[in-house]
Amino acid sequence: MFAPLQNDFAAALLDAHKAVPDALTAHNANPPVKRFAVYRNNVIVGLVNALRTRFPATEKIVGADFFFAMARLFVAAHPPRSKILSAYGEDFPDFIATFEPAAELPYLPDVARLEAARTRAYHAADAEPLSPQDFGALDPAQIGNLRVTLHPSLQIVRSRHPVVTIWAMNAGDMALGPVDENRAEDALVSRPGFDVLVRQLPPGGAAFLLALARGEALASAAGAALDEASDFDLAANLAGLIGSGATTSFTLSDQKDPVS
Amino acid sequence: MNAKITAAALAGSFAAALAVTATPALAQDKANMEKCYGVSLAGKNDCAAGPGTTCAGTSKVDYQGNAWKYVAKGTCVSMKTPKGTGSLSVIKS
Repeated sequence: MFAPLQNDFAAALLDAHKAVPDALTAHNANPPVKRFAVYRNNVIVGLVNALRTRFPATEKIVGADFFFAMARLFVAAHPPRSKILSAYGEDFPDFIATFEPAAELPYLPDVARLEAARTRAYHAADAEPLSPQDFGALDPAQIGNLRVTLHPSLQIVRSRHPVVTIWAMNAGDMALGPVDENRAEDALVSRPGFDVLVRQLPPGGAAFLLALARGEALASAAGAALDEASDFDLAANLAGLIGSGATTSFTLSDQKDPVS
Repeated sequence: MNAKITAAALAGSFAAALAVTATPALAQDKANMEKCYGVSLAGKNDCAAGPGTTCAGTSKVDYQGNAWKYVAKGTCVSMKTPKGTGSLSVIKS
């Protein structure tokens, strides 16, 4: 008896064209159209505000009116599946990619993907990163067999557009300026401590890290990076890997237990 | 072992990487972390449907029927791309 009412109620909440559920009553109005409209707006505005909080650079790029209109349509089509509001909007970037009025800004979905990755990194499990000193005792002759566990907060966002530059410009880290929108950029998002960091990966860096994340040894990962980018700089990428707190443990294949 | 990279090249790169990262930058990071300890990033841990929502909701009761012109008017109009300002204008070739 109650479940159908709940379904009607939920459906009418997200669709202003649907009538107020029959069973709803109030002491001063029947059906309570105005009261329901207020509640409906609170739900939608609350969810839109959750998206505004998670995607501030995306909002800045398109402006508040455009963002609100776009977010509102998303909210109606993709109501939350989780009770955790900070996780809301995982599929918002994909929605933007299919949202025709945003098609003029081909980089917009990737900027949103970067922002979504920042939230995931923020809420990822804490883990103590290794320091460069932890790597100091390793035998350089064996280093090709090195396998690492990457920090749980690590996120890689690959883009055919300058996603890091555009994000930084709209996050207040860089002045707005001319952008070659067809220059590809890969982003590394991490949270070694309490602050989420966004960095642009050097050529081959994303392939290198993704191979390491799959459990490949250093020599193999470096090979994968070289396959993708002939100007892959192994020393610089290794320095980035061990100097930025991106790893939490490592092992050489002749060792059984990871050192951490 | 990948044929493209010799063990010697790997060892050399590793030594170079260790030299570059020898400065204890991570220790500094940790000092910065202390300041943030226990403080949640604004808006991240709070319920976004919390403060102000009632006002925002009630003031927008009539908002729902509005038709929208989907024209992006944010910073995209000031980020110049080779296709034109924010590539908002129709490209005429």
